[in-house]
Amino acid sequence: MSAIAERVKQIIVEKLGVEESEVTPEANFQNDLGADSLDTVELIMEFEKEFNLSIPDDQAENIGTVGQAVAYLEENVK
Amino acid sequence: MSFKRVVITGMGALTPIGNDVSTFWTNLVAGVSGAAPITHFNAEKFRTRFACEVKGLDINNYIPRQEARKMDPFTQYAVIAADEAMKDAGFAEDSVDLDKAGVIWGTGIGGLKTFEEEVSNFATNGNTPRFNPFFIPKMIVDSASGVLSIRYGFRGPNYITVSACASATNALIDAFNYIKLGMMNVCISGGSEAAVTIAGVGGFNALKALSERNDSPETASRPYDKDRDGFVLGEGGAAIILEELEHAKARGAKIYAEMVGAGMSSDAYHITAPHPDGLGAQIVMKNAVENAGIRPEDIDYINTHGTSTPIGDPGEIKAIEKFFGEHAYELNISSTKSMTGHLLGGAGAIEAAACVMAIRDQIVPPTINHFTDDPEINPRLKLTFNKAEKREINYALSNTFGFGGHNASVIFKKYED
Repeated sequence: MSAIAERVKQIIVEKLGVEESEVTPEANFQNDLGADSLDTVELIMEFEKEFNLSIPDDQAENIGTVGQAVAYLEENVK
Repeated sequence: MSFKRVVITGMGALTPIGNDVSTFWTNLVAGVSGAAPITHFNAEKFRTRFACEVKGLDINNYIPRQEARKMDPFTQYAVIAADEAMKDAGFAEDSVDLDKAGVIWGTGIGGLKTFEEEVSNFATNGNTPRFNPFFIPKMIVDSASGVLSIRYGFRGPNYITVSACASATNALIDAFNYIKLGMMNVCISGGSEAAVTIAGVGGFNALKALSERNDSPETASRPYDKDRDGFVLGEGGAAIILEELEHAKARGAKIYAEMVGAGMSSDAYHITAPHPDGLGAQIVMKNAVENAGIRPEDIDYINTHGTSTPIGDPGEIKAIEKFFGEHAYELNISSTKSMTGHLLGGAGAIEAAACVMAIRDQIVPPTINHFTDDPEINPRLKLTFNKAEKREINYALSNTFGFGGHNASVIFKKYED
């Protein structure tokens, strides 16, 4: 697992109160990890803060799973 | 249409002198002060460096961390008190029509700490807006009642009453009236506050409303004492389950007391100062007694607003003497704020709980910290100084007055079938 993936997992565990084992690449924030729309907005903000970047709204809309978040960040974090 | 009768069938409390009703009441009767140096923030540079904080509380023992972090402390306190009250009321599965069960809660300020944190973040992050999506739902004053209705599935009336330090009493009054009118069967009422924060203490300090007796916090709240110098800020809250009498009987509920009267009035005088002759206070007590359909002579105990401020205390006392006449010297009076400090919007809730327990145990909790008589306070009054007193209590009256000139009073009665 990449360093980015590990940090993403820790943020999700912390914010959503789920077990590490639940945070699989396929896991959907809302359908699988119990997040509501506000939780998802908060998660995106946490990623922005942690990785010091800004995720535009139209990009953020496409981040619904753990894997999508990791892929986006791996591509955009310098 | 005949009015329904309203009884109290459950209570919960989270206070500076006890994190449940039983501990709160034991310490109230024993005369324990809840004042101590402030721990919630560094108060070194503040004029007042002590308060009546809730103590030894691990929120995670009551509310899972992920839920708790979406609540301001005033809502967390509401949940903790309401959980105790709901458990105490002992509703069996399906014993409540959830469509006729409501939540009417009182809070004076709301999510002050949340507001401070979010705005401070903005200022320290180069004025970049990065507000948390939970900021508004955590901070807004009605979030406590919203959270409680979701928690218990109560789908009836749901809102917060705001009238500064009379807020929780106004909540009880609304709940009482709607049950009386048959619009609800059950209501979680009461109130909570969490204003021991930077802006809370700083703001009340700027008003010169707080005691500055930093060398002796536990004796700072001294209502009716000659050397009182302001109120002591408190936090916490209490939940009172109000229930329609026949509904309570049908499920075999334990009944603590009956709520029989409610009064409201306004000083129409000044935004923070109480009327010097207690005019609004006289009117509110008169309204409550008339609403209960009793005589002033029936009141045995008054839990006063008595915040320990130089102007407020004598005004209320004058009002009691004017309204009750000779009976003012027969009934017992006490300010439990001498022990709990002033919970602002939550005050009416913990003081209602104190009145109900006083009726249950036939004991008047004391006004502690009396050292020196104030020539402005008539010595004939039974102010229950320093020591609890056993006496017959059939009717207890609770007064609360708020900035803005809001006055609200409620009357509880020993339950008889």
